[in-house]
Amino acid sequence: MNRALPTDLPIDDALVKEHGLRESEYAHALKVLGRVPSYTELGVLSVMWSEHCSYKSSRIHLKTLPTKGPNVLIGPGENAGAVDLGDGLAAVFKMESHNHPSFIEPYQGAATGVGGILRDVFTMGARPVANLNSLRFGSLDLPKTKQLVPGVVAGIGGYGNCMGIPTVGGETRFHESYNGNCLVNAFTVGVVAKDRIFLGTAAGVGNPILYVGAATGRDGIHGATMASEEFGEGTEEKRPTVQVGDPFMEKLLLEACLELMQEDCIVGIQDMGAAGLTSSSVEMAGRGGSGIVMDLDQVPMREQGMTPYEVLLSESQERMLLVVREGTQDQVKAIFEKWDLHAAVVGRVTQDGMWRCRWQGQEVAAMPVPLLTDEAPAYDRPQSRPTWLDEAQTLPEIPEPGDLGAVLLSLMAHPDVADKSWIFRQYDHEVGTDTVVKPGADAALVRIKPGAFGQDDHGKGTKYLGLVADCNGRHVYLDPASGTAGQVAEAARNLACVGAVPLGLTDCLNFGNPEKPDIMWQFAQSIVGMGEACRAMEVPVVSGNVSLYNETTVGDTTSAIHPTPGLAMVGLYQGKLPQLNPTLPAAGLQIALLGELGAHLGASIYLYHWHGLERGMPPQVDYPSERALHTALRALVVSGEVPYLHDLSDGGLAVALTEACLGGVGAKVTLPQSTERKDALLFGESHGRAIIAFEPSKLAQVQALIGDVPLTLLGMSGGDRVVIDGLVDLPISELDQAWRNTLPEFLS
Amino acid sequence: MAFDVAVLTFPGSNCDADLRWAVNNTPELSARAVWHKETDLGAPDAVLLPGGFSYGDYLRCGAIARFSPIMNAVMEFANSGGPVLGICNGFQVLTEAGLLPGALLSNRDQKFICETVVLGKEGKDTAFTKGLPETLRIPIAHHDGNFFADQDTLDRLEGEGQVLFRYLNAQGERQSGAAPNGSVHDIAGICNAAGNVVGMMPHPERASDPALGSADGRALFSALQGFLEAK
Repeated sequence: MNRALPTDLPIDDALVKEHGLRESEYAHALKVLGRVPSYTELGVLSVMWSEHCSYKSSRIHLKTLPTKGPNVLIGPGENAGAVDLGDGLAAVFKMESHNHPSFIEPYQGAATGVGGILRDVFTMGARPVANLNSLRFGSLDLPKTKQLVPGVVAGIGGYGNCMGIPTVGGETRFHESYNGNCLVNAFTVGVVAKDRIFLGTAAGVGNPILYVGAATGRDGIHGATMASEEFGEGTEEKRPTVQVGDPFMEKLLLEACLELMQEDCIVGIQDMGAAGLTSSSVEMAGRGGSGIVMDLDQVPMREQGMTPYEVLLSESQERMLLVVREGTQDQVKAIFEKWDLHAAVVGRVTQDGMWRCRWQGQEVAAMPVPLLTDEAPAYDRPQSRPTWLDEAQTLPEIPEPGDLGAVLLSLMAHPDVADKSWIFRQYDHEVGTDTVVKPGADAALVRIKPGAFGQDDHGKGTKYLGLVADCNGRHVYLDPASGTAGQVAEAARNLACVGAVPLGLTDCLNFGNPEKPDIMWQFAQSIVGMGEACRAMEVPVVSGNVSLYNETTVGDTTSAIHPTPGLAMVGLYQGKLPQLNPTLPAAGLQIALLGELGAHLGASIYLYHWHGLERGMPPQVDYPSERALHTALRALVVSGEVPYLHDLSDGGLAVALTEACLGGVGAKVTLPQSTERKDALLFGESHGRAIIAFEPSKLAQVQALIGDVPLTLLGMSGGDRVVIDGLVDLPISELDQAWRNTLPEFLS
Repeated sequence: MAFDVAVLTFPGSNCDADLRWAVNNTPELSARAVWHKETDLGAPDAVLLPGGFSYGDYLRCGAIARFSPIMNAVMEFANSGGPVLGICNGFQVLTEAGLLPGALLSNRDQKFICETVVLGKEGKDTAFTKGLPETLRIPIAHHDGNFFADQDTLDRLEGEGQVLFRYLNAQGERQSGAAPNGSVHDIAGICNAAGNVVGMMPHPERASDPALGSADGRALFSALQGFLEAK
């Protein structure tokens, strides 16, 4: 058997190294294959064993996360996770990073990130109903940031808007640790009848394998490998590794796939994402426990003279791989032709457990499937707790500012707190006519129209999906375990504020170089914290993605991002449409704090912004009281007696109260007697708290609904100022201006 | 029997399902999806062109969709006086097809804008606007909604009552420059001289349910119902 082609490069140590394979990894390949790999095979090993595809540094840690539960239909390992919504419906969702491409080419990088996650969801048969995103940029005054933000936002909008999938929420933060490495994490949720979920499996010996969608070009070759390296000088030269998106093509692909899924043709289906045709075919064979043979010259190509190496490693977008029942090929092709898409038979399912590729009849690759999947390298990399943490976790002497109103005004203008409508105004968040709670709230609420997926709710009322994406990298940086646990708690709290019960979460774990023990420690600890919180709060992890090597070298200095384990949580609210307001709806309402008063200064945005300190332990979660709070919040939403609820997070009580007033109705409150520092009471970020507002006459009803959760009456809504007795007294107009102007001033 | 409302689907349309939903929520109206490759419209009582990105809007918005096979039948239906409404991308298709005057350029700040605007209703009565309230809150969502026409056309539109919707300021007052996208004369929607073909950038289907924050858009569908019943 001759696997060499005239276009092949000779295999030597330098070429192996260039492909990112370690000596030990290459030795393993030689041993299993019993020969030197062909050039094509070397390329395939390079991408399949890259960090991005193999999860080789993270696999052993991810296995410790709770992934099961009564609502889990499909956990990690498929294209996306799925949870049960009841009445025969399922929600399918996942979040994924596109950090490195977006830094190199912000519009296309972000756009194709959205395109990729949409495919992950509709490949399972679910119609996407909403997108979220989680973005991190460097300092707002950095020229690079001013270039990246508009590009990334336009890219996300450009793709999602054209697809007609509303982008209903998300979060954006700015910090100097992201100066050389932005984060772009995209989330999609779709809905499907749960007996119509499709999996990415290659089964049924002899079944044909169809390639559908866009033709293959040379774009994105080795994108997965690029995403598994640090950034250094010369990164700009990697622009050709960024893919180019065509959302119109993907819209056609979406409609054609969903139409085909109504028929009884598909055995398995998988999108071609990172590592393109290679990983999709390998993973399908891996899940099916089968083998695959493909004739690569049958793949539709849009460039002349492509080699099998290029065809396999291309990351051209908007492509799908299907295994269909023998005999249904013509039916499949007819549906794709209706949508002006091509479908080509490129191979067959086999039973020999081998992944084989031919080029004009000649075999150019033949490797055992497990070598590329389960038996890919996995490492338990060394960890060590960073020595700087000891000092960072202690609080120095901090002077208490005289004018806390000035602090509040300044915090409202901080880009992490400031109005994000400059961003979400560019996203179509209304298409679909189901966005009931819109961007800017604690969580979005998206309706599933009665009967839209053939469901019958049996009189229980309309279903709404609660959706939130969140991560406070500062909390995680100062203590990865409890910081990450706090993010799980906060996401669930956000959902509770719109009445939704959390069903599951997806994560997007953005960290630095795992080969450095202190980074590996951050990662491992973060997983420990996430696992603990997910178990305590009974929220399973159903899908996720890992993005490592988020570091930049400039000159002699290499710096990593803040550890950023992005989370997106999906919850369910069912019943009468909740009457929630984005801000205080009227004067004369009782304003109250739910939960303990709280005064935790450590790791707060206040310390960072006003005192220039990233110090102290992040706030800790008390699970029983946190869960009791969420139960109370949901009961209040269901009751319809509380027209305003808002969770406390960045900037604490004072910022949350100000946000409540930004609709123009003010508030006058008095803090209860306390021996705590005033700045800690106003700006501390203790978990387990929310503010609510209701008609004073409803107090007894509210008390009955919240059980044992502490309730502190703070004051009343009304007027046009934010007044915290003796501490803050500012007109809303001034706070509003500070809050509203930050992003437009820097970005327009 | 319910009135038959044809809702077209071009490749890249993405508000077609929303529009059918809003139509079907209107008493006596029944939506029927019509694929762009059809050449026969059937016998509809009205034809609606939905929003979206027909053919990806890679060329001028609507410039390719106007050549879709179904458009000949739409032209015929419009020229015989049948009520036609184009929303957002549908409006762009109607201007490209020459059924409505003017053009939709890129927004003034070259950015996509999704937000709820206040519209002032004016102009002649049409099948879609008769009896509408003076002001309506309806969302827009577009990148190319900056209406432009030459001076003669503008004079004619203004003089003949063909301007149906105008962007107002947040207080619901006429204010030059209130259009967030830069439209000339703050024009948000127009009709042809005969008044049977209407185009508008705002999405009434997205404001047809109190759950979505505004039900003002329902009035357009109710107006169509009233028009068809009176015919």
